[in-house]
Amino acid sequence: MTVGVLALQGDVREHVHALEAVGATARPVKRLADLSGLDGIVLPGGESTTMGRLLGIFDLLDPLRALLGDGLPAYGTCAGMILLAAEVVDGRPGQELLGGLDITVRRNAFGSQVESFESDLDVEGVGDVHGVFIRAPWVERAGPSVQVLARVGEHPVAVRQGHLMATSFHPELTGDTRMHELFVRRLVATEGGRP
Amino acid sequence: MSETGTSVVKRGMAEQLKGGVIMDVVTPSQARIAEDAGAVAVMALERVPADIRRDGGVSRMSDPDMIDSIKAEVTIPVMAKARIGPFVEAQVLQAIGVDYIDESEVLTPADYAHHIDKAPFTVPFVCGATNLGEALRRISEGAAMIRSKGEAGTGDVSQATTHIRTILGQIKRLTTMDSSELFEAAKEMRAPIQLVRETAELGRLPVVLFTAGGVATPADAAMMMQLGADGVFIGSGIFKSGDPAARARACVEATAYYEDAERIAKVSRGLGEAMVGIAVDSLGAGDLLANRGW
Repeated sequence: MTVGVLALQGDVREHVHALEAVGATARPVKRLADLSGLDGIVLPGGESTTMGRLLGIFDLLDPLRALLGDGLPAYGTCAGMILLAAEVVDGRPGQELLGGLDITVRRNAFGSQVESFESDLDVEGVGDVHGVFIRAPWVERAGPSVQVLARVGEHPVAVRQGHLMATSFHPELTGDTRMHELFVRRLVATEGGRP
Repeated sequence: MSETGTSVVKRGMAEQLKGGVIMDVVTPSQARIAEDAGAVAVMALERVPADIRRDGGVSRMSDPDMIDSIKAEVTIPVMAKARIGPFVEAQVLQAIGVDYIDESEVLTPADYAHHIDKAPFTVPFVCGATNLGEALRRISEGAAMIRSKGEAGTGDVSQATTHIRTILGQIKRLTTMDSSELFEAAKEMRAPIQLVRETAELGRLPVVLFTAGGVATPADAAMMMQLGADGVFIGSGIFKSGDPAARARACVEATAYYEDAERIAKVSRGLGEAMVGIAVDSLGAGDLLANRGW
């Protein structure tokens, strides 16, 4: 099973390690050709404005949107969650998104870096997870077909909609690979990769 | 239970910046240009290093109003510089909510023996280093990110090259040593043995390593990445050039696609004049900012 990690910028290495730890073959994705034959893709943490701009410049935006639309399973963490959202609040004006998840996210929702935090969460289908939140977004609005997997206070911080999932937090930074396992076993394996 | 200011959160923040360019800006409009170009963060300061070098005098932390005006303009992280040593400047920067503090040799040092004790702060710190011992000493004081120093404000990338090669070369040598050799290396480098061991095991620093000081062109930025840096700081190189917006975009693209010479060639065209710069070998030892830090 080959899972791509969008490698324009951000914590790519950590996601590659987590995917390999759960038995997937990880492939950094920088160019159009890297997208072919993937069974799933991870959109890492980083700066969503930077990634959005580079996706546009290097002609990955539309091909990736098309793949997601055709059912390519995807998991976004932090900036990756923003990229998968239909809409962003407090983003850069005109910020490019991939979309796919019927959610509105608030960027830097918890505040600046001094408000970044670690917290224990209860993630549906996984159990207790130690969440690392770094200038993290939260889900402001979730559409009817979006399943909320975890919350901080009243705000959803982990969601799934069919073949797409996203978390505000960074499991790739903790060495706990259960979120990646959930993605690979439940989404990539069952939702099916590209033909 | 929820906890802020942990080592995971501070170091993790730097992990999010990898593969990116952090740009020095002195006004909100420059910050806008940087964000639009795809910078992963901006460094808010009153004068870029080239002007600090030209003007002389004592250079200090920026006015909080100036930093606030930049925070209000952009959504990406805003970093700010404190001098080496004065922990109250760092307390002020934390109080106004900057995302990262650079304890920087570019400003005039305020303590010639001590660096800031960085671990107790909630805000993370990045510090400069010219070699592995210096990098590990800064990490032991609580730095969550390291940048090789280079020679800021020159537009001459030679020192950045020397420092990143030195740090990565020393790490490579550590990985070949047995445990008694590691003790000797720790002694020689004046670095804590635990950090020396950790670095040897990882084959890299335990924190993110950017490079800085003299980067002025897309090819400079890409070279730093090919040499093994996790990302690049560009100070005077962008806003002291002929067409800052174009150069900023080009440097971001060259950093992301650092192994692709055709793309670097493409983005290097028609950028106008690079910053004029000063060759480092024309500077006296007293003019070298990289010598600050202990």
